[in-house]
Amino acid sequence: MSAPLAYPLKPRREIDSQTEPINGHKGIDLGDGMQLVSVRMAICQALFEEMTRDETIYIMGEEVAQYNGAYKVTKGLLDHFGAKRVIDSPITESGFTGLAVGAAMTGLRPVIEFMSWNFSFVAFDQIISNASKMNYMTGGMFPIPLVMRGPSGAGPRVSSQHSHAVEALFSHFPGLIVVSPSTPYDAKGLMKTALRQNNPVCFLENELVYNLQQEIPTAEYLVPFGKADLKREGTDCTIVAISRCVQWALEAADELAKIGISCEVLDPRTIKPLDIESIAASVRKTNRCVVVEECYRTGGVGAEIAAQLMELCFDDLDAPVGRVTTTENPMPYAANLEHETLPKPHRIIAAVKTACYR
Amino acid sequence: MLQANPLVQIDPRAVRAEIGKDRLLTMYRKMLLIRRFEERAELAYKSKLIAGFLHLYIGQEAVATGFFDHLDCSRDATLTSYRCHAQALLAGEDPKPLMAELFGKSTGNVRGKGGSMHFFSKKGNMLGGHGIVGGQIPVGTGAAFSAKYKGTGGVSVTFLGDGASPQGTFHESLNMASLWKLPAIYVIENNKYGMGTACTRAVSVENIAAAKASGYGMKSFTFDGLDLFSSWKVAQEVVAIARLGEPVLVEAKTYRYRGHSVSDPATYRTKEELEHYKTLDPIERIKLSLIDAGWLTEAGAEEIEEQIIGRIREALEFAAESPEPPLSDLYTHVYA
Repeated sequence: MSAPLAYPLKPRREIDSQTEPINGHKGIDLGDGMQLVSVRMAICQALFEEMTRDETIYIMGEEVAQYNGAYKVTKGLLDHFGAKRVIDSPITESGFTGLAVGAAMTGLRPVIEFMSWNFSFVAFDQIISNASKMNYMTGGMFPIPLVMRGPSGAGPRVSSQHSHAVEALFSHFPGLIVVSPSTPYDAKGLMKTALRQNNPVCFLENELVYNLQQEIPTAEYLVPFGKADLKREGTDCTIVAISRCVQWALEAADELAKIGISCEVLDPRTIKPLDIESIAASVRKTNRCVVVEECYRTGGVGAEIAAQLMELCFDDLDAPVGRVTTTENPMPYAANLEHETLPKPHRIIAAVKTACYR
Repeated sequence: MLQANPLVQIDPRAVRAEIGKDRLLTMYRKMLLIRRFEERAELAYKSKLIAGFLHLYIGQEAVATGFFDHLDCSRDATLTSYRCHAQALLAGEDPKPLMAELFGKSTGNVRGKGGSMHFFSKKGNMLGGHGIVGGQIPVGTGAAFSAKYKGTGGVSVTFLGDGASPQGTFHESLNMASLWKLPAIYVIENNKYGMGTACTRAVSVENIAAAKASGYGMKSFTFDGLDLFSSWKVAQEVVAIARLGEPVLVEAKTYRYRGHSVSDPATYRTKEELEHYKTLDPIERIKLSLIDAGWLTEAGAEEIEEQIIGRIREALEFAAESPEPPLSDLYTHVYA
C-alpha cells in the first residue's frame, strides 16, 4: 500500500471561494512544496501538465471548451491550448467516442468527456466493440490509448436516468481499465498515469466529490493502477469503499469507533486492475469485510470482491463479506427514497455491525 | 468536375487512356487476386478448414480497387465492415497471413485472434475489418481527424454497406466530418441487400448518398460500382476534394454474387437478377477492355491467372502448414 495517510483528507484550511480560484489547473500554493486543490482542480492540473508534455493529447466532449466543462473540470484549457486541442463536440457520444478510437489508432491520445457516464450508454458499442477489443483482435497491432472521463454515480436528486455508477458494468470487459478516484491526490496521479499508458481507460469521477479538498505535493507524481490505498487504519473490520463511498465509509468508521469498532478503510482506486492482494492482506488482519459501492448489488464490484476473498482467504473470514450497494431499484427522485437507495453511512454502520455480530 | 447525380457518366475509353496500360493491368491483377483469394477461401470453408463467418466481396471488387489506386497508404487510412478481405489485400497485405488468419493460425494477419471479419494492416493504414454494422464509420472519421490534426495531408476512406446507412453512427459521422471539414470520404457500397433485407425495404430513399449528403452540407457522387472506370474516376475526384479538406459521400451501385455470408443461400433474390448482374462482371469487363485496347492477349490473361492461382495455392499451403496459436496467446494483447 502506497503512502498510507500521507496526505490527510482534512487540509489545514479550505479554499476561500471569495478570493481564491475554485477551479482551473492552478492549485493554491501553501509553501513547503504543498498545494491545496479540489478533485476538480487536481484532474484539471493533470490534464494541463500532460497536455503540455504531449502534443498528441486532445480533449473533446460536450461543453468542454467554451463552457469550460459542464462541471468546470476543463476550466481554462481552451484558453491555454486553443481550439485545435480542446474541442466542443455536438451531442454525439457514439460519434465522438468512435472518432477517438480512430484517432487513437492513428497516433493521437484522445481524452473524451462524457458529461455524465450515463450518456456513455449511447456510445456503448464504440467502447465495448471497438475500444476494448481493438488491441486484442488486431494481435497487438492497434493499441487504443484513450481516456474516457466524466462523473459517474448519482448526482443530487436527478432520478433514474442520471444516477448510474458504472464501475461494475465496465469492469466486466477485458481490455478496459476502470479507475475510480476518491481524493484529489489520487485523481491527479491516476489521471497522469492514464495519459501515459496505451489502453482505453474509463476514468470515473464523481460530481459530489469534485469539491473535496486536500493538500497535495506541487512536485510531479504518478499513482499506479492496481494499487489500493489505505484511507484509515483499523483492526476489527475492513471496509472496501469506492469513489464517493470512501467519504461515507470514513463517516461510518468515525461513528463505529464511538462504540468500539475499529474499521480499516481501503480504497482500491482502480477497479480494473483490482488490488485484491492488499484487500486480502487487510482482511487477514481484521477477519471481516464490508464492501461499499454505488453500483447495484447483482454483479456488483462487491460481489466480485466477495468471491475473490472467498478464494483467497476463506479461512480468515469470521463473517460473510457484507455488501452495501445502491438498492436494486432505478433511482427515485423523492429525497427520502433517494437517501435510502444510496449506500449511506447508516447502512454501512448496520452492515459492519452485522459482520462483527454486534 | 464530374456530373454528380443521379449516376456519374464517364467515357470508358477516355478513362482507360487516362489510367494507362500499366496501371490498368495492375488493377486487373489486384481484382483477380481478390476474386481468386475469396473463391478459394469459400472452398476451404466448405471443407471446414475455415469457420465462423465468411463474408465475400465477390462482385464488388471494382469499388475498393478503383479507390485504393488513388490512395497513398503511408498516410491515407482505410477501413470497412466485416466484408474486408479486399481492403486488406489492396492495402498491401500478403495473401499468406490473410489466409492463415482465416484458418485461425498463429501466422495469421492478427495472430488468429480476428478471423475473416477482422483483417488489419499497420503498414497499409487499413484500420479493419469491423464486425458491428456501422461501427467503423466514426472510427474512419477519427482517422480523418488525426490526419487534419497532424497536418499529414492524408485522407480517410470509410467503406460501408447500404445496410449501415440507417445506423446512427453514419449520421453522426457525416455531421462531424462536415462540421469540422475533415478529409473524410465515405463510400456506401450498395449491393442491394442488408443481409436478406432488400435495401428498398430498409432505406427510405433510393439514392442514399444523394439524399443524405445534402442534409449535411456535403458533396455526393453516385456511380456504377460494377464498372472500374467509374469507380476510378469518381475516386480521383473525391480524393482530390478530401485532400483540400472537405468530406464527401459516395454511393457505389454494386452487387454481390454470393449470399450475405457463405452460409446464406440468398433465396431472397431471383436467379434472373443474379444472372443479369453476372453479365456485368467487373473483372470480366476490364479483361475485355484490356484486350480491346491491345494491352492484354488471351495468352497473357492465362499467364496472369496462373500466377495468381499460384500465389493463392502458396497461401493455402502456408495456412494449412502453420501452427495453431499457442495457448499462452490467450491472454496476450488483452492489454497493451
